[in-house]
Amino acid sequence: MPGNQFNGFTDYGIGIGLRVPHYRHILAEKPVVDWFEIISENFMVDGGRPLEVLDQILEQYRVVQHGVATYFGSADDLDKTHLRKLKRLVRRTNTPWLSDHLCWGSVDGRYTHDLLPMPYTFAVAKHTAEKIKAARDVLEIPICVENVSSYAEYHASEMTEWEFLSEVVELADCGILLDVNNIYVSSKNHSFNPYDYLDNIPHHRVGQIHIAGHSKFEKYILDTHDHPVLDPVWKLYAHAIKLVGNTATLLEWDDRIPTFDEVHREALKANKFRESVVAAS
Amino acid sequence: MAKALFRPLTPRWGMQKSWTDGRPTRQVAAEFIKPNDRLSSFERLEIYNRQYWFRLLDCLHDDYPGVRAVLGTKKFTRMATAYLTKYQSNSYTLRDLGDRLEHFIQEEPAWTTPHEILAADMAKFEWAQTVAFDGPSKRPISADDILGISADKLTLCLQPYLSLLLSSYAVDDLLIAVKKNEEDALRGEASNAIHSAPRGSRRRKPVRLPKKQRVFLAVHRYGNQVYSKRLEAEEYQILTAIGRGETVAAACEGAITQSTKTDLNWTDTVKSWFDIWTALGWFSLPR
Repeated sequence: MPGNQFNGFTDYGIGIGLRVPHYRHILAEKPVVDWFEIISENFMVDGGRPLEVLDQILEQYRVVQHGVATYFGSADDLDKTHLRKLKRLVRRTNTPWLSDHLCWGSVDGRYTHDLLPMPYTFAVAKHTAEKIKAARDVLEIPICVENVSSYAEYHASEMTEWEFLSEVVELADCGILLDVNNIYVSSKNHSFNPYDYLDNIPHHRVGQIHIAGHSKFEKYILDTHDHPVLDPVWKLYAHAIKLVGNTATLLEWDDRIPTFDEVHREALKANKFRESVVAAS
Repeated sequence: MAKALFRPLTPRWGMQKSWTDGRPTRQVAAEFIKPNDRLSSFERLEIYNRQYWFRLLDCLHDDYPGVRAVLGTKKFTRMATAYLTKYQSNSYTLRDLGDRLEHFIQEEPAWTTPHEILAADMAKFEWAQTVAFDGPSKRPISADDILGISADKLTLCLQPYLSLLLSSYAVDDLLIAVKKNEEDALRGEASNAIHSAPRGSRRRKPVRLPKKQRVFLAVHRYGNQVYSKRLEAEEYQILTAIGRGETVAAACEGAITQSTKTDLNWTDTVKSWFDIWTALGWFSLPR
């Protein structure tokens, strides 16, 4: 299960996000990192320093692309310019799979630059799956869709979020990027049992896992990616990998970014849980 | 929901209480957002409304420190809010968020008065830096490419990442002073303060705004670093004429004829300019 058709049958271990504050350290010190995740849109440019850095990273490291603006869930058609630039980048990085979010974020050509939850209906699932399939036909690599964290629910929803995710990925025949921090955040905001979520998705479709930190406010939790991973999220992660195996795992840390070593150390804590899966088997 | 997100926040960074048709926003929100045991429909929608504005305002705050210094943070935030209300993002990347900022400042000078010309020039200059940072490039010409082509037949293209600017103020000097004055990272740092209002200015000595001074600038990149270079008026004229498709000879003749400088050896001067521009990789061949 860890290496499957949705992650190109790879056996990637623990990775971290490639972030600007760490460029100098990575290029000078060449630390041992199993893989880096890049935000596709940051490198869908036409020239200059971003691509120079990317090419240097690609010489030494494995890279997987993660997008934030394909918006499979938007009513708009897929943006052809975005797709063309994304494919160009896919060829450059040779990413074994590509991920983006199960969300909407644009309407009539206007972009919110956010990852907005969708109403969980069969019609929306069908529409979203069609867009995923269309994108995959263009990109010609496996796609994993990530569950987002959310702070609102819709009256129109006909099912739970995990039922919706399952419906979309089955219709699209695509993979899941399982974000356990997002499950935790959403479970607190919407009062559901996060283990119900984990137990009731198609585990064989999980191609990658995300872990991250979040911020607690008085009445809700925000997915801020600016803290270490909290214990309840580690517990969810431990449960997840028992279900899906030692799947490629990525720590997201996107704000108040500490040193490279601190981020990498945090990511490698996942090994403690992964080793227990190996021991149990 | 998108309509709710795009509506500007109140002065206290909350979602507007009245909808566009006069109904209470809480009534509109309740039509499609479920409340929970802690937050009303209004409050849940407000989280997204605030996130949208905080994210985009923070982006402009980071990418336009020069315009921010010209206006001051509060006035910049008001101007940026008006800009984003009129020109919502039409690109998948936040990089393009300010591509119409100069145009907006010229269109609606009330938001930047009495510094509207300086603000527009600075917006133009800072957008040019974005273009130079990651804009496309073509193969620069080599000596072999133009061997045997006389200047009255030679046409060249300017690199797409190169911007030529005529400014009424020394915006290059001002931006250097602003950047020296600021502790925050101005470019390339993740800035995701989506759960808090845009940063107010820290206590720092305000930068003195320049007096009017016409300057000609080239904003470009070399070795993947962004630079701005002051140009003589004649350099600017030659380069813009070449960019319009004029032959090298016609471009040079036009600039020299209009020049008021009388004590220059134009042959040597123009040759040295072309040597520098070629070494910087500014020219490519037309297809």
